[in-house]
Amino acid sequence: MSERLLDIQKLSVTFGGLNALSDLDFHVDKGEIVSVIGPNGAGKTTFFNMISGMVTPTSGDILFKGESLLGLDPNQVTARGIARTFQNVRLFANMTILENVMVSQHCRTKQGIIGALFQTGGFKREEQEIREHGEKVLGFFGSRLVGYRLHQPASVLSYANRRRLEIARAMATMPEIILLDEPVAGMNPKESEELTGLIGKLRSEWGFTIVMIEHDMGVVRDVSDRVVVLDHGETIAQGSYDEVSTNPQVIEAYLGRPAEEAS
Amino acid sequence: MRHKAAPRTGVDWFLTFLRVLLSALVTFGLLAFIWQQIDPGNPLADAINPDATRLSWDAFQGLVISGLSQGAMYGLIALGYSMVYGVLGFINFAHGEVFMVGAMTGMITSNKLFEAGVWEDNFLVAILVAVLISIICSTLTAVVMERVAYRPLRGSPRLIPLITSIGVSFFIQNTSAVLLGPGAKSYPRLPDWLRDDVGIGPFDIEGKKLLVLVVAAISMGALWYLVERTKTGKAMRAVAEDKEIASLMGIDVDRTIVTTFAVGGAMAGVAGILWGILFGSVTEFTGFLPGIKAFSAAVVGGIGNLGGAMAGGLTLGSSESLAPQLVLEPLGVTGHTQLKDAVAFLVLIFVLLVKPTGLFGERLSAEDRA
Amino acid sequence: MSETMNPTSEMAPARGALDQDWRKVVNWGLILALALIFVSLTDMPEKLDKRIIVEPLLSMGYLSLVWIPIALGNIVTREVVLEGMTQHKKGARELVAGLVVGAIGGLGLALLIWLLDTRDLSDPLVNWNDALLEVLTFGEGVGYGVLFWILVSAGLGAIGGAIHLLPKLATRLLLAISLTIVLAAALESALDDISEGFRLEWLFEALFEKKGGLSVQGAIILAVFATAWVLFLGGQASKGKAIVQAKREETPVAVNAIGLTLIAAGAILLPMFLGRLTNDLLTNVGLFLLLALGLNIVVGLAGILDLGYVAFFAVGGYTAAIMTSPSSPGLSPALPWWVAIFIVVFMAIVAGLFIGAPVIRMRGDYLAIVTLGFGEIIRLTVRSDWASGFTGGAQGILSIPGADIFGVVTVKGTDPQQVLYLVMAFVAIAIYVSWRLENSRIGRAWMAVREDESVAEAMGINTVNSKLQAFVVGAILASFSGAIFAAKVGSVFESSFKILVSIVILVIVIVGGMGRIAGVAAGALVLVGILGGPNQPGLLAEFSEFKLLIYGALLIWMMLKRPEGLIPNVRRSRELHQEEFLQDAWLKGQADDDDDGEATNGKVAPA
Repeated sequence: MSERLLDIQKLSVTFGGLNALSDLDFHVDKGEIVSVIGPNGAGKTTFFNMISGMVTPTSGDILFKGESLLGLDPNQVTARGIARTFQNVRLFANMTILENVMVSQHCRTKQGIIGALFQTGGFKREEQEIREHGEKVLGFFGSRLVGYRLHQPASVLSYANRRRLEIARAMATMPEIILLDEPVAGMNPKESEELTGLIGKLRSEWGFTIVMIEHDMGVVRDVSDRVVVLDHGETIAQGSYDEVSTNPQVIEAYLGRPAEEAS
Repeated sequence: MRHKAAPRTGVDWFLTFLRVLLSALVTFGLLAFIWQQIDPGNPLADAINPDATRLSWDAFQGLVISGLSQGAMYGLIALGYSMVYGVLGFINFAHGEVFMVGAMTGMITSNKLFEAGVWEDNFLVAILVAVLISIICSTLTAVVMERVAYRPLRGSPRLIPLITSIGVSFFIQNTSAVLLGPGAKSYPRLPDWLRDDVGIGPFDIEGKKLLVLVVAAISMGALWYLVERTKTGKAMRAVAEDKEIASLMGIDVDRTIVTTFAVGGAMAGVAGILWGILFGSVTEFTGFLPGIKAFSAAVVGGIGNLGGAMAGGLTLGSSESLAPQLVLEPLGVTGHTQLKDAVAFLVLIFVLLVKPTGLFGERLSAEDRA
Repeated sequence: MSETMNPTSEMAPARGALDQDWRKVVNWGLILALALIFVSLTDMPEKLDKRIIVEPLLSMGYLSLVWIPIALGNIVTREVVLEGMTQHKKGARELVAGLVVGAIGGLGLALLIWLLDTRDLSDPLVNWNDALLEVLTFGEGVGYGVLFWILVSAGLGAIGGAIHLLPKLATRLLLAISLTIVLAAALESALDDISEGFRLEWLFEALFEKKGGLSVQGAIILAVFATAWVLFLGGQASKGKAIVQAKREETPVAVNAIGLTLIAAGAILLPMFLGRLTNDLLTNVGLFLLLALGLNIVVGLAGILDLGYVAFFAVGGYTAAIMTSPSSPGLSPALPWWVAIFIVVFMAIVAGLFIGAPVIRMRGDYLAIVTLGFGEIIRLTVRSDWASGFTGGAQGILSIPGADIFGVVTVKGTDPQQVLYLVMAFVAIAIYVSWRLENSRIGRAWMAVREDESVAEAMGINTVNSKLQAFVVGAILASFSGAIFAAKVGSVFESSFKILVSIVILVIVIVGGMGRIAGVAAGALVLVGILGGPNQPGLLAEFSEFKLLIYGALLIWMMLKRPEGLIPNVRRSRELHQEEFLQDAWLKGQADDDDDGEATNGKVAPA
């Protein structure tokens, strides 16, 4: 019996008269990979922003392991166990690759000024652990982000590697759920295929639960247990990829109605 | 933008405490003041400050008029800060020095005119010439500043032009000190009719303060006309709204930005010579404090908002003038007038704590909206 | 322009001498004229004339004029080469451009000389007097002056342009020689002290003239030395450095220990050989360095522009004063200094939190102004009658006894050597603190907050706490400086804590390079040591009038050219030159390309 990790109830948010989300219901069980799809403007990234605490909903509730996330700061949400990536990759460009994944462990570590100043055993141990965990997380992507790369600034990375580092960073926060915001956007087919496999491994090898926003239907089909379709801030369909992709409402949301029927 | 419903962290509690404390102090001070006016010698007043006297109507309206006239000047300077922030998104720290340039050149011109006898014989002509030259010089300063120090930095993170503007401010201040000599320099004596009081309604306004208010009002009017009714003004508003789109609409963004600086500079120049007339002297540091206060006024009124800038200026000027007597003294603060400058900063902090977008709301460009 | 970007295309032949962008040349000529007139009107040529660089050839006064045509002559002929453009060989064209620019500038100066002779503008220009005319015409009359400057300026401009024609090595040589000579002349009194201390008076006399300035033979000796350095020793030095680096990787503990011992030994021995004045000067440098290191943490690491930083300096100074002075009004426990330090730290933490909390959520630029306001509020309050029961108001607090260190020794302001040791000890602490914190979880959090605050939050960092921590650490370091300052001077007055101080510290941090400790130290040494601090003269006391002007110009120049300071932190450099850095990395083959991954050979294992 899977634990219900994330339970979102009747979530609504209004921006200056526009209902970005209306009475959204959504849930994720532990170990699932759920994709959230929908046409542009459907409110998907707003949805992520609300889970991670960057936007406050006007009504509704977000429950994580039974406790409400409402009113929490983003860093508190991350500490609870929800990590995210960003649609437009936002790395700490001038910190090294290793530092990017080291700093993401901030909420899991505790050494402070005293430890740093006096170089206590606890401090050194923790630094070692942080470093090792960082390298382990980077190693998930093969040899791309390791070796001499570790100490290069993140800004030298190619686009695909930047997206990978984004994910590594989220992984480093030791979450239970990772929210992936368009992980393969801008990648070529070969890279997307590879990343799809890695997303699967995120669950099978590392035990993360994944919620993913994606437009690439190939990736959605290959990797999701369940697909949720949003349009105009509402859930219009839910189910397996096959069920959802043949749902007439979904097709209409993406493609619109044929011209003769429009009137 | 997240908005905290209730205080949760230590910092939040502390900030709420601060807001409550400041509001309470102000209210308490005002109430104590009013009580003292109605019933001097009441026990509270005696306990706090047995020497305090009632504020006479003359003294009170004197404070109000002083406050308004200083506030009007702050408002004129604030316009420059507001416009530049609205268009380019950074604080032009050196704008206070543009104001100082206006005051300095006003001093030079008026002294020369005095030597030539024009100042005394035909004051109106003299003052007009002096104002004109002040405006030209301060506008020139602002335009050169933009071209040399800020244009190359277009697009940088906003702290960088701020730091540059600190350098520019420093440079101009010390240029004045080195070229013209340090220390205070005086304006020539004003004609008698400016130093007498003019009666308007219940108020007896000192001539020069009335002059300040009138000139400020005319300048605001001219600015309003420029911004709302002319093509240039429309271009300024468009660029302030969204530079990229404005350029796609065919507006020469660079030129419009120069115009914005120029107009702001002109306003500051007017304020400068008015300041010189009002206070009679100017030093290389004259621009510093009023500059910061004017920026505070712009924030108080809502940054980017021109009407707000003037309103903020008047508010700040009046608060600065009245608070020592109306709030600080009843609270028992001795030497209250020394803390006048501190009041301006406290008002800024208070507004930022309570309503950070200012009294009338911000107007920022698309790029700078947080 | 990156040196690695060698255009593979051949260089086009040099353009004709008269093939000029005349508009650009005339523009720069006018700018030169304005600059020369401006510098003359500030009276720098006259006031700085007493400082001789090479007797009898060049004084600092004339240097202040002479460098400008060379610099502008060089700038006007700079060619910005981007990929795809053809680069032209340099030739007569550059010389002519420099010449014309110089000539126009010289004409401007000539105009000034003529006006000085015929008109009186001493109201309002205070430096408009005969003394200035004398200096500009060398006392030989207007005709001479006019001719001299037009020709000399043109010549210097041509030289500036000619620099482009020289091979890189020659340029480096010229730069090294000029720098060595000017630096030696500037540091004359310090070198005098040092040579006395180390019994090297003979060397000093060989280089310098009795009445001041380098002798011609001294200049030649230094030039030879500089040449030798660039050609031979410099290479050896970098080889040596590489060897030390390698050793460091092998046995870090041993190498670091040796290095530290050497530095410590040097630090302890040096003040014994330096005279009183130099020690006093170094103390000032040290106090400002301490302040700058603190601000470096706030601005350089965490990215918070605190313009009211002097407030913490004041808190440290006044707390120490109140706690230690027997004549402090109100509270007067007259504690020994070392005990008072704990209270100082406590007050600094309180002040840091009190000022930090309201501002921590504000936009960066608002934060700057509000902290400025706080600094002023504190100064005004301390000065007011209202608080004078505690703080002495405008009269300040007097009779602060020296710094009593554990009852063993009392460091008094009258013994500059002792004070210098005290300052050095605290500077060492500050350097240690900065270094350790930068390479720790806290430091990384600060850098992340500086990079992208909302993403930092999403990564689990409590940005409010993080920023407050930076604030508090910075406050503590500043308060140390304040406490030492109070003990050294023996009294505190609010006039020592003006906004000017905050800004000078900011200039040091920025000019020296935000985030890099060595840079900040260099900045403090050069700016406060040589030109002078806000209230204190530096080694070159004659710059007192001009130092603030120079600081302002420096700040503007730094922001336009290299926002990261003279000795940049590699990290910050990347931030602001990202484009260039990426290009360099790409060219060196270190940039990333996607065919790199050995992880999956293109095959994907399904989930």
